[in-house]
Amino acid sequence: MTEHTELLRFTTAGSVDDGKSTLIGRLLYDSKSIFEDQYEAISKTSEKRGEEGVNLALLTDGLKAEREQGITIDVAYRYFATPKRKFIIADTPGHIQYTRNMVTGASTANVALILVDARNGVVEQTKRHSFIASLLQIPHLIVCINKMDLVDYSEEVYEQIKDDISGFSHKLDVNDIEFIPMSALVGDNVVDRSENMPWYQGPTLLYTLENVHIGSDNNFIDCRFPVQTVIRPYNDEYHDYRGYAGRIAGGVFKKGDRVTVLPSGFSSTIAKIDTFDGELEQAYPPQSVTLLLEDDIDISRGDMIVRENNQPEVTQDLEVMLCWFNERPLQVRGKYAIMHTTKEARCMIKEVRYRLDINTLHRDEENTEIKMNDIARVVLRTTAPLFVDAYRKNRITGSVILVDEQTNETVAAGMVI
Amino acid sequence: MSIPSYQLNHLRELESESIFVLREVAAQFENPVLLFSGGKDSILMVHLAVKAFHPAKIPFVLLHVDTGHNFQETIDYRDALVERIGAKLIVGSVQEAIDKGMVREEKGYNATRNYLQTAVLLDSLEKGKYDAALGGGRRDEEKARAKERFFSHRDEFGQWDPKNQRPELWNLFNGRKHFGEHFRVFPISNWTELDVWQYLALEKVELPNLYFAHQRRVFRRDGILLAESDFIPRRPEEEVFETTVRCRTIGDITCTGVWESEAATLEDIIAEVSMARQTERGGRADDKRSETAMEDRKKQGYF
Repeated sequence: MTEHTELLRFTTAGSVDDGKSTLIGRLLYDSKSIFEDQYEAISKTSEKRGEEGVNLALLTDGLKAEREQGITIDVAYRYFATPKRKFIIADTPGHIQYTRNMVTGASTANVALILVDARNGVVEQTKRHSFIASLLQIPHLIVCINKMDLVDYSEEVYEQIKDDISGFSHKLDVNDIEFIPMSALVGDNVVDRSENMPWYQGPTLLYTLENVHIGSDNNFIDCRFPVQTVIRPYNDEYHDYRGYAGRIAGGVFKKGDRVTVLPSGFSSTIAKIDTFDGELEQAYPPQSVTLLLEDDIDISRGDMIVRENNQPEVTQDLEVMLCWFNERPLQVRGKYAIMHTTKEARCMIKEVRYRLDINTLHRDEENTEIKMNDIARVVLRTTAPLFVDAYRKNRITGSVILVDEQTNETVAAGMVI
Repeated sequence: MSIPSYQLNHLRELESESIFVLREVAAQFENPVLLFSGGKDSILMVHLAVKAFHPAKIPFVLLHVDTGHNFQETIDYRDALVERIGAKLIVGSVQEAIDKGMVREEKGYNATRNYLQTAVLLDSLEKGKYDAALGGGRRDEEKARAKERFFSHRDEFGQWDPKNQRPELWNLFNGRKHFGEHFRVFPISNWTELDVWQYLALEKVELPNLYFAHQRRVFRRDGILLAESDFIPRRPEEEVFETTVRCRTIGDITCTGVWESEAATLEDIIAEVSMARQTERGGRADDKRSETAMEDRKKQGYF
């Protein structure tokens, strides 16, 4: 069984009122991933608070401050598994000041769940979540139309919301979108099929999560290998061993492939793809391996090994969509440290092209002051060349973070256009 | 010709992620240390570290914060492991800290040295000038840990500020820090208890016998079975009896509950964990002190 279990990462976005925590609680509970002592702890807390029944939402409220305020203030990770897949949930709050958390949770996700309260239909927040999912290039979107029990399981309500979302989602960069009517509170269509909505013939949420095709979510075309560290054993047995350790960021590398090393531009041939368990004939994302080359070339951390005839752009000028995370606003012409794959450099923000209103998608070219949770298109100039692909093509070689050099805080995340 | 499949199973994907994080630590920090408790999670960490840097030796010193209240099996296993992989071991001794008056021991039936470990840990990190401490914490263990980062920044007092964590995106880990600050790094954040057991079985990793069913003299306290030991004073009504048990976690003997179990092999354990209705920390007396016990300890600099 374990040999064939795949890993799927998904993110959930929604506000307290959408029933997001209840939905996650329901997934964990109905898939039997909640333990007795956890269940006892939350039922005790529910009772203490004078709530009716057991509040499944309490399962996902981690920190003291959150329990006191009844909100989620940070990304929390949850785990459950079925015989088919292991799931990692990045549970993020949906409130506007938490755009940064939503972006963080979305950065590694294969699937995004967008929650809609059937009583309210599409609201600003729905659009915001869908936009962030498309901006972060989450390959699959599942719209959970929740609280159907409160609208008498009405098919019309479901169809209306579906139409409304389709109405704006075609403006977004979303390829795969599914709609599921459900009630997380009652359990309709989450793990078990609903008997209350015979008009819905589609799959349940869990079935969808177990079967969505994620085999093509990585880039298997363009070979990219950012070097993390050089392995030199310095002992008699491995006297001349010089291995480049890293994780494949794109493409399929094979023994004997002709490769080029950036930035030096020297070419060589892959002599060996090494691991602790022995040599591999080929390696693909997201495998961590060690590459050995035929020729002795000076290679260090931050360099990138690519295929001779398929290279990323080598540039010091970047156009990126930037999400600003810090309380101190973006400084135009300000200097920041920039991290890209395993490479670090410095950069200057040369220009803000526009600030994007994430609710209306309006591009504001006048008011370009960028504050916390804003998203903007900016121009960067780096002190050293970076080896980049468009984020659309590769989420690893197309992404950067900016770091404040005084405080060392991560102040922004950027996606290369 | 069939279409080649480029899909790793979940254990290999977790392994690859952890190896990536371990290599980032080696590359980004000057003097990293691996916290070793003798439990299965730190055994897994050492195993992954050996794989990450093969055929070179692991570039981390091992640090054991020793309460002095151990299962002897843990110490024997630790010493054999260190010898086998050729690593350097540093022991931070709680007993020594008590003798020097650095910390004061709790008194009473529920006394444990668990809380004293924090001071000794921080002291050992400072003495060794370690700038990153690798820990085997997992996010599925406890609700405060669910919000922990892979790279977790600590101030000069070793404190965790949960409200002011650095956002962590894609696989870009920001390990920049000021002088005197350090990082806690958790390479196996995304593993669950079941993943750990499945992987240890897949990799045929040798484990201390404590994890497998064995005969032991035990007594019951607050619904938890504890091993009979000179380190734990018993109340008159707490009767010792012998039964077949195993440990699901291994820590200090005073707060590690044992479970009645017949699981004698890794396969038995996997079957048992799959069916388990209690979390593994359900037997940890240290988590039961209050609802936010873990969060409070983490803020002060606990593992």
